Amino acid sequence: MGVVTFPGSLDDRDAARAVRVAGGEAVPLWHGDSTLSEVDAVILPGGFSYGDYLRAGAIARFAPVMEAIVKAAKDGLPVLGICNGFQVLCESHLLPGALIRNDHRKFVCRDQRLIVENASTHWTAGYQKGQEIVVPIKNGEGGYVADEHVLDMLEAEGRVVARYTDGNPNGSLRDIAGITNEAGNVVGLMPHPEHAVEALTGSGTDGLGFFSWMSGK
Amino acid sequence: MTIDTVKAAKKSSKQEQPYTELGLKDDEYERIRQILGRRPTSSELTMYSVMWSEHCSYKSSKIHLKQFADKAPKTDALLVGIGENAGVVDAGEGWAVTFKIESHNHPSFVEPYQGAATGVGGIVRDILTMGARPVAVMDSLRFGKADAHDTGRLLPGVVAGVGGYGNCLGLPNIGGEVFFDESYAGNPLVNALCVGVMRTDAIKLASAKGKGNKVILFGAKTGRDGIGGVSVLASATFEDGDAKRPSVQVGDPFAEKVLIECCLEIFAADLVTGIQDLGGAGLSCATTELASAGDGGMRIDLDRVPLREASMAPEEVLASESQERMCAIVEPGKVDAFLEVCRKWDVLATVIGEVTNTGRLQIYWNGDQIVDVPPRTVAHEGPVYERPIQKPPEQDAYVRHDGSKLPRPRTGDELRDTLLKVMASPNIADKSWVTDQYDRYVLGNTVLAQPEDAGMVRLSEDTNRGVAISTDGNGRYTLLDPYVGAQLALAEAYRNVATTGARPLAVTNCLNFGSPEDPGVMWQFSEAVRGLADGCQQLGIPVTGGNVSFYNQTGHSSILPTPVIGVLGVIDDVTRRTPHAFRTDGAHIYLLGDTRDEFGGSEWMDVVHGFVGGKPPAVDLERERLLADVLVDASRDGMIDSAHDLADAGLAAALVESCLHGHAGARVAVPDGVDPFVFLFAESAGRAIVTVPRSEEARFTELCAARGLPHTSIGIVDLLSADLELQDDFSVSLAELRAAWSTPLRTLFDA
Repeated sequence: MGVVTFPGSLDDRDAARAVRVAGGEAVPLWHGDSTLSEVDAVILPGGFSYGDYLRAGAIARFAPVMEAIVKAAKDGLPVLGICNGFQVLCESHLLPGALIRNDHRKFVCRDQRLIVENASTHWTAGYQKGQEIVVPIKNGEGGYVADEHVLDMLEAEGRVVARYTDGNPNGSLRDIAGITNEAGNVVGLMPHPEHAVEALTGSGTDGLGFFSWMSGK
Repeated sequence: MTIDTVKAAKKSSKQEQPYTELGLKDDEYERIRQILGRRPTSSELTMYSVMWSEHCSYKSSKIHLKQFADKAPKTDALLVGIGENAGVVDAGEGWAVTFKIESHNHPSFVEPYQGAATGVGGIVRDILTMGARPVAVMDSLRFGKADAHDTGRLLPGVVAGVGGYGNCLGLPNIGGEVFFDESYAGNPLVNALCVGVMRTDAIKLASAKGKGNKVILFGAKTGRDGIGGVSVLASATFEDGDAKRPSVQVGDPFAEKVLIECCLEIFAADLVTGIQDLGGAGLSCATTELASAGDGGMRIDLDRVPLREASMAPEEVLASESQERMCAIVEPGKVDAFLEVCRKWDVLATVIGEVTNTGRLQIYWNGDQIVDVPPRTVAHEGPVYERPIQKPPEQDAYVRHDGSKLPRPRTGDELRDTLLKVMASPNIADKSWVTDQYDRYVLGNTVLAQPEDAGMVRLSEDTNRGVAISTDGNGRYTLLDPYVGAQLALAEAYRNVATTGARPLAVTNCLNFGSPEDPGVMWQFSEAVRGLADGCQQLGIPVTGGNVSFYNQTGHSSILPTPVIGVLGVIDDVTRRTPHAFRTDGAHIYLLGDTRDEFGGSEWMDVVHGFVGGKPPAVDLERERLLADVLVDASRDGMIDSAHDLADAGLAAALVESCLHGHAGARVAVPDGVDPFVFLFAESAGRAIVTVPRSEEARFTELCAARGLPHTSIGIVDLLSADLELQDDFSVSLAELRAAWSTPLRTLFDA
């Protein structure tokens, strides 16, 4: 599983560790790479790529590695974008909608309860539909927005992957925490499952499923 | 622009110079002339004035701080002692940890977001400079009254700044403090701590050795921000904030994140012989300190420094405190490899000079010599003052009016009301409004974070070894008795570390006081330093570094004297750490230590009566040591499953926090012959509560009895109960407690 490092990526080490804890092999990918080292899946980790001074994810989409990822994703490569990675996926138009400043205007870090709504993507196959999990959330620009038409389409096509429950932490429309593309190989998720793979250092182990599907296969 | 050169200075010796405006006294200026045998050039004058400022030279505190070295206990734990950028502690198995706390008080008042952000950035660079990967930060904050108008401006800005910078660097924030008192209204305290981890053979020192080695400046460009920060902001009492705004630096955390990764790659490839960060006093400090600690000579071509504004004069370049810059000493054969790593990370790097054997720091500007000084005279041989010291007359009044006649709650209902009132006081109430804005998970090694007694991180994912850190400081205690107050702060931080199961090893401190020109303040300061040095000697844990912040006052009114003490401990196996939440049904709650009728400076007196007086709680460091030994051993041997230190608001606050964080009820009984009010609210030191699973009770009580530690069974954890019950006195639901405790800060700051 490839894990991309942009300048300013922060949770890249954590994502790689999550892959290893789940029994997989993590392959570091550099933002300047134009090939993907034959990985079977890619994770775009959280952080502040290139400082995010313009808009979260807005510069990262132009990185050479993103060109390769966009192309491979369209050919079915499983791609998971976490937090900043979700923002990069939206900026790259692999996923619809956008992420804006939290409605309360503050950064928020807390353990968040989610409902898995779609358990048939590559990344969520380890869960049951309707399963509740607790995963940390930490973002300043995590409010998911899209126009009504897109939101209705996502709902109708079952493309809402996870929803916040027990309180919406950032003002996301329809409590959306994560979505997928039509094919189900690209998933964007605002919460951080890589911080829920070890009870000692995370909120628990509820996030493991996002990383174990490949080694479990 | 005319450049004042050494040549010109030799010719025009009588020329008037604006040294007073730069903060130098007549005799200080005279000394500079003596050292140089001529008048200083304007660049030299700039360097001396910033480096001889209170902030950089410690001129008022030096003679007192000497005690930390003179009284330092013998220890095997220290790899690098006081004097470097930060002390380094041996964490075992080839691991070393480095940690330090520093203040950024005045900048944070002028410009809360940037002031706090660059406070974090500065301390992180100090840790990086030692060769370590920064792995966590903490922040110790103090503001005026929580409901004061200006606190509503300062606190959200400071918290956003600490969070904004730390979160962008990808450093977990694992704890700290937030405390409110009127005295901080015009002078908040923002103290930031960073801890870093490295292998013992990777330690780097700030020295410029080896003739011909290159001096490389790398990181951000140099601009006009923060000019004279150390002399204008940090070394004078402070009235007109707005006029001083240009002296606050502006931070760019993304630049620092990239700089960290770049430095770590440079360290790993062994490309530097010495390194120093640019913080207070910028290049003036970095060049003189590097040269002093090395062969003593250095030549710098200052015009090679990349500038943000081309029109900057050399004096401005020397004094600029632009952030995210480092200075490295590199062997000529390694310069290309060094620059290559910088290119990979898009970090600007420029060779600006080289090490010489002249014994002098010589700086050139377009070929003209503008500085020619012995570097030690700038960096280390500044003025030393023996400031007048006098115990303030009001000090005895605190003892005379000790508040012992103040009405106390007696009935169960009164005790219950008092409990709810104290839990809702901003100093005791839930701080998650603050801490939820900090990333505590990033890097994946956070084992304990706020609201635990101490933060704890695993050193690396391939070991179970970890460190725990706590910062503490109670200004009310220190006001009433600075010697005891400083020791209580040390004792609390020490106890907090032990409570989590880690063995305390080393100390850092940030001493926040009023003006050193006030003999009363100097008395507070000298007593606090003496108390701290004696305390460290007795506990066997050395001071490894820290920072003094004077001039924390508004007009003539000083802040509460506030020594903030950070203690670091090591734990062999983080999986054995002890959290504070109640979690095992039927576990017995034991109160360790002695409870006395001690309310001087207490939270209860302040919240209920608005009164500060009396003597602070007695401190018994031998008892603290014994308690720590028992907590660490009981944790290692699995005899306890939770532990919580008793401090502000005593047992009451500890019980409520352990219940609420564990979502567990508890039934507690007041021991025979003990006054329920004293039992709940006294702030006697040297105490903790622990919970002992039934299977371990005999072993645990035998351990305490054998060591001679007083231990009293006071109740039972009841996971099915939704109440905290004090038998025969009152019962209160967790829901009511949670509502009282968790809403105050949200209500105040979400508006």
